[in-house]
Amino acid sequence: MYINFQNAIFYFFATVLVCSAVGVITARNPVHAALLLVLAFFTSSGLWLLLNAEFLAITLVLVYVGAVMVLFLFVVMMLDVNLDRLREGFWKWFPFGALLALIMAAEISMVIMNEQFSLNKMPTPPLRPVDYSNTKELGRLIYTEYFYAFELAAVILLVAIIAAIALTLRHRVGRKFLDPAQQIAVKKKDRIRVVSMTSETKE
Amino acid sequence: MEYVQQLFEQFFGIEWGGALLILTRNLALILLIVLPLLLGVAYLTLAERKIIAYMQIRVGPNRVTFFGIPWLAGWGQPIADAVKAIMKEIIIPSGANKFLFVLAPVLTIAPALAAWAVVPFSPEIVLADINAGLLYILAMTSMGVYGIIIAGWASNSKYAFLGTMRTAAQVVSYELAMGFALVCVLMMSESLNLSDIVKGQQGGSFLNWYLIPLFPMFLVYFISGVAETNRAPFDVAEGESEIVAGFHVEYSGMAFTVFFLAEYSNMILVASLASIMFLGGWLPPIDIIPFTLIPGFIWLLLKIAFLLFCFLWFRATFPRYRYDQIMRLGWKVFIPITLAWIILLGGIMQLPPSFLNLWPLNLWFH
Repeated sequence: MYINFQNAIFYFFATVLVCSAVGVITARNPVHAALLLVLAFFTSSGLWLLLNAEFLAITLVLVYVGAVMVLFLFVVMMLDVNLDRLREGFWKWFPFGALLALIMAAEISMVIMNEQFSLNKMPTPPLRPVDYSNTKELGRLIYTEYFYAFELAAVILLVAIIAAIALTLRHRVGRKFLDPAQQIAVKKKDRIRVVSMTSETKE
Repeated sequence: MEYVQQLFEQFFGIEWGGALLILTRNLALILLIVLPLLLGVAYLTLAERKIIAYMQIRVGPNRVTFFGIPWLAGWGQPIADAVKAIMKEIIIPSGANKFLFVLAPVLTIAPALAAWAVVPFSPEIVLADINAGLLYILAMTSMGVYGIIIAGWASNSKYAFLGTMRTAAQVVSYELAMGFALVCVLMMSESLNLSDIVKGQQGGSFLNWYLIPLFPMFLVYFISGVAETNRAPFDVAEGESEIVAGFHVEYSGMAFTVFFLAEYSNMILVASLASIMFLGGWLPPIDIIPFTLIPGFIWLLLKIAFLLFCFLWFRATFPRYRYDQIMRLGWKVFIPITLAWIILLGGIMQLPPSFLNLWPLNLWFH
C-alpha cells in the first residue's frame, strides 16, 4: 500500500485517537481519563479537518475541549475518588456489563455493515472551490430548511438551563448581600460630615 | 525556490517532496513570527517594569546594559532575566505528577503561540488565510486554560489548586462574553476571515472602524481579554496577597518563565485581535498623504502598543477585584449587554436599504 502525505496524517491522527480513547476507559486516575478524552476530542477534530469540515472541527474544540471538558475536569479534580471502593464488585457485575457491551457492538455492526452505509452508496464529495465556506452553508441550512428543528433544540436547552437553576436556587431568609448599584451610588455627603471648628491650642 | 523544490522532489519523490517542501516552508514562516514575538514578550516585561516604575515615581531597571554602553542602561535586563531563569533548577515537588507537571507550561504556551497563525499583519502578510479564522482564534484561546488547570492539579499543593479553581471558573465565564462580542464583529463584517474583517472597516477614516458602532462591544472584549489573560485587576488566579502565587507557586526556573511567556504573548494576542477587529488593523486613521505613507504593519504595531500600554496602565491603577465581583461582572453585566447589542445590531441590519444608505449607517453597512 502506497502512503501519501495526507494518508500519513490520517493514520497518525487515527492512531493517537484510538490509543487515547482506549486510555480513557483504562486509565485508573479519573483526571488522566478526562485529559485523555480531551486528547481524543482534539485528534478527532484533526480528522474532521482532513475531511474539509472546518466548522465542525473547530466547534468541537471550542465547545467540548474549551468549555465542557474544563467544567468536567473542574468537578473531577474536586472529587475524592476512592479507587478500591470503585473496584469492589467488579467481577460480580462483569457478566452483565459484558452482555451489554456485546449487544451494543452487535447493534453498531448491524448499522455499519448495512448496505446503506457501504462505500458504493456514498459518492466521493465533490472538490469545493477555495472560497467555499461550510460555515456559511451550515448557517444557511440551519436557518432555512431545519429552522423548526433548530428552534426546538434551542428551546429545549433553554428549559434545561432554567430547570437546573430553579432546582438549585434557594432563597434563605435573612440573607446578607451587597448591592453594587447601591454601593456605587454612595456620595461623600452620605458618609462624611465635615465639622468646621476653631483650632485648639496646646494646654 | 525552484531549485529547492527540485531538490526536495529528487530526495523524497514527487508527492512527498511537494508536501514536505510546504511543511518546511511553513515551519520557517512560523519561526519568522514566533521569534520576533518572543523578543517582543521579553521587551514587554521591561516596558511593564519601566512604565509602572514611572507611574510610581521610581526609575525601574536601569543597570544591565550591552557591552558597557551607558545610554543602553536597562535594555539588557530581559536578556539577563532570561539567562538567570535558564540557569536555575526546576524543582519538582514530592508527590507531584511528574509528567503533567512538566507538560503544563508547554500546554499553556502552545495555544498562545498557535493562535498567531491566522493574525494578518498587513493585506498580504498572513501565515494561514483561512476562512474560519475567528473561530480558530476562539478555539485556540479557549485551550489555554488547560495548562493552568493541569499545573494547579499536578503540583499537589493546596494554594496552586485554589488558584486553578479560580482561573477555571473565571476563564469559562469571560469566554462567553468575549465570544458574543466577537459575534457582533462577525455580523458587521459578514465574514470569519480576519483579513476580510479588516477590509470591511476600510472607507477613508477611523469613522469606519467597528470601534464606533460597536463601542460597548470593544470595551467588553478588551476587559474580557484582560480577565482571560489573568492580568490585574482580574489576577485572582495569582493573588499574591491571598494564595501566594496561585497555580505556579510550585514552579521554578524556566518552567515558571514559560508561564510568564505565555501570559505576555496572550496579552499581545488580545491587543492585536482588538486592534484588528475594532481599530481597523493595518488601516491608517485617515486616508490622507502623511498617514498613508506609513506602512500598514507600523499602524498595526502602534495600535497594539497602545492597547498593551492600557494593560500596564490598568495594572498600575486598579486594585484587585474581589472574586464574587468578577463573577458578577462577567455573568450579570457583560453577557446581558452583549446579548442586547446582538439583537439591536440584528434589527438594524434588517432595516430596508434606504435607511442603511443614510449617514451615519452607510459608513458601516455596505
